[in-house]
Amino acid sequence: MNIKSVISNSLRIAWKDLIELFRNRMGLVMLVLMPIFMMSMVGFIYPSDTSMSNVSVALVNEDEGYGSYPSASATLIMALENISNSTGMMTITEASSLDEVREMIQKEEVEGGIVIARNFTVSLMTGNQGTITIVTDQSNPQMSTLLQIALKEVFEQMGTWLAQQNVQGLSPAVNASNSLAIVKPYSVQTEGAVPGHFSYFDFIAPGLMAMTVMMSVMTGLPAAISHEREVGTLDGMMVAPINRLAIIVGKTLAQTARGILQGIIILALAVALFGVTIHGNILLIFALLFLGVFSFVGLGVVVTSFAKDQETAMMVMMTLMFPMMFLSGVFFPIQQMPWYMQGISKFLPLTYVSTALRKVMVLGAGVSMITTELAVLIGFGIVMTAIAVPVFRRAMTR
Amino acid sequence: MLQNYGETKLESDLMIEVRNLTKNFNGFRAVDHISFDVKRGEVFGLLGPNGAGKTTTIRMLATLTRPTEGTATVGNYDVVKDDDEVRKLIGLVSEKIIMYDRLTAKENLWFFGRLYGIPKEVLNERIDELLGLVQLGDWKGSQVGTFSSGMRQRMNVIRALLNMPKVLLLDEPTLGLDPQSSVEVREFVKKINREKKTTIILTTHMMVEADILCDRIGIMDHGKIAALDTSTNLKKLVSGDDTAILELEIANLTSNMIASIQSLKCVSSVSQDNSTHIKVHASGNGVFDTIIDAIRAEKGEINSVKNLEPTLEDVFLHITGHEVRDKADQKIPMRAHRRFMPRRRVR
Repeated sequence: MNIKSVISNSLRIAWKDLIELFRNRMGLVMLVLMPIFMMSMVGFIYPSDTSMSNVSVALVNEDEGYGSYPSASATLIMALENISNSTGMMTITEASSLDEVREMIQKEEVEGGIVIARNFTVSLMTGNQGTITIVTDQSNPQMSTLLQIALKEVFEQMGTWLAQQNVQGLSPAVNASNSLAIVKPYSVQTEGAVPGHFSYFDFIAPGLMAMTVMMSVMTGLPAAISHEREVGTLDGMMVAPINRLAIIVGKTLAQTARGILQGIIILALAVALFGVTIHGNILLIFALLFLGVFSFVGLGVVVTSFAKDQETAMMVMMTLMFPMMFLSGVFFPIQQMPWYMQGISKFLPLTYVSTALRKVMVLGAGVSMITTELAVLIGFGIVMTAIAVPVFRRAMTR
Repeated sequence: MLQNYGETKLESDLMIEVRNLTKNFNGFRAVDHISFDVKRGEVFGLLGPNGAGKTTTIRMLATLTRPTEGTATVGNYDVVKDDDEVRKLIGLVSEKIIMYDRLTAKENLWFFGRLYGIPKEVLNERIDELLGLVQLGDWKGSQVGTFSSGMRQRMNVIRALLNMPKVLLLDEPTLGLDPQSSVEVREFVKKINREKKTTIILTTHMMVEADILCDRIGIMDHGKIAALDTSTNLKKLVSGDDTAILELEIANLTSNMIASIQSLKCVSSVSQDNSTHIKVHASGNGVFDTIIDAIRAEKGEINSVKNLEPTLEDVFLHITGHEVRDKADQKIPMRAHRRFMPRRRVR
């Protein structure tokens, strides 16, 4: 085989495919719209760190006070209202009893409830702990968890404040800042490895980019080849005295170009709309995307070889792509998965592409820091291609 | 300017040799131990109904399908072992149009031409020449998707001629074309054969087409070649000797006329169909003249004469024992192979 003619023929085939692609108006529009939809969908619906707003909460104050003392619950409610007003986190609705709160949750009028116990002030005044019950909606576990965390935070702050008051009351020698140090002897602060504010977007953008490029190639390649087989034009290439490898390489190049174009759109949107900052080398990012395609493409070719028509090829590809999307840590960190799922994710090339891309884009890593990922991807690619080419050759001359 | 691309290994008289060629698809035998030779410069036809194995045979010769058993050589190159050499020698006109709809006529031809490694200047001239040959020169810059099916088929044929093939394989070249376009394509095929001395193998299920185009015809049925000879010889299989059947329309037909025709030596029988039509079975040389003279002598006005010589249709019926188009649709295993999906002819 002649390497030079393989390259020139595959470039011809890629060029031909791209001309076809760019003359297909509708296809081109979809090509651009897909990453835009994908990015805005993920961008606008996913919760970021301060995304909880306007959660409606029912409040039941059963506190009966303690003699002539002002009820402590009133102070608590005031503080709660202050916090929710300033952060816009909650809208508070009055309710009469725990049962009513439950009913309201069932009717979906509120998303959670707070019940201040009957003996709240009494307990505080007599040196006992006051009880506050948080009622959550179990049918929405994510919201219920968030509400729990948020309310706990509010009450802890208030508890601290109350404790500070009590400590100050114990001794006049203690001033405001001292009292805080006594009640809470330490404060925890978080600092990222790289300076700057990070959102969920910085986490998801690299993976999303990797995924879009892979998906584009993985669904595009079998579709393109089986389409040509169905309409008969593939025979035109097969009957020409060219190496079969040139057909695979050419088709892959065209699909890769298409995928990279979508990747660029995602990257541009991430930077322009969602404030993602790229810390690493942009060329390294594209090199990684290319490597990702190389590691994947063999699988696509094998599927194409076995699937008899376009429909089957697409179905097989989608079935393979779907778990890959969720298992390769694009949307959720791999470390959060159970151990057996983590095991599976180690066999998916997309895992390594998105990990490496994240390191480069978010942490500004260089080649030396992603050598493991690079080695794994190259290994994947060589093995898959070595399987794919002979399989394709055989399948095409059944 | 048009030098041939690739040279045959041996300047033998046979361009194609097929020996016991067999193809199975998942247990279904599409082609069953067929053997035939095609001479240099010959037009060879494979005639048979859909699903008879013609397309599979063509695809094996075109290196697109691997034979299960047997061998085939094109220009003395084996279609399996020397597939690349075979590819240089052949041009394929498949029953599907090998053209990209979104590319222009010129871009399509350019793409395929470059895959054959034809130098740019040569290719440029050749594309113009070929487009001119099929009167599509004005459509050079138009996308093939906008062409009529006749134009597309002409494009399909010239695409196969880009590499100046020594062997042209035509799979149902006039399928789905209107009569006028069919005639154009047939004329073109004849011209190529005559002028470029291209060896041609074509498949068809149309008797007329095989009769018009082919020097020799192989009748295929159920994956086998049931008969193989020239059209004339095949027809003799039915009628035996040089018997002719004439159908005459005589405006003023009289019983005297019939009697006088019947009395002729060469006439074996005369039958009257209705008030104007008679059918005459006759044998020997110059029967036409003798019969017409006899009618003229009786002042008969001849409106039409039809020579009802046996058609290939009769031959097919005679050899296979069934009609051409009433079969093949049921026996095909649907899942065996997509190319064997029953396809009805558009009339």
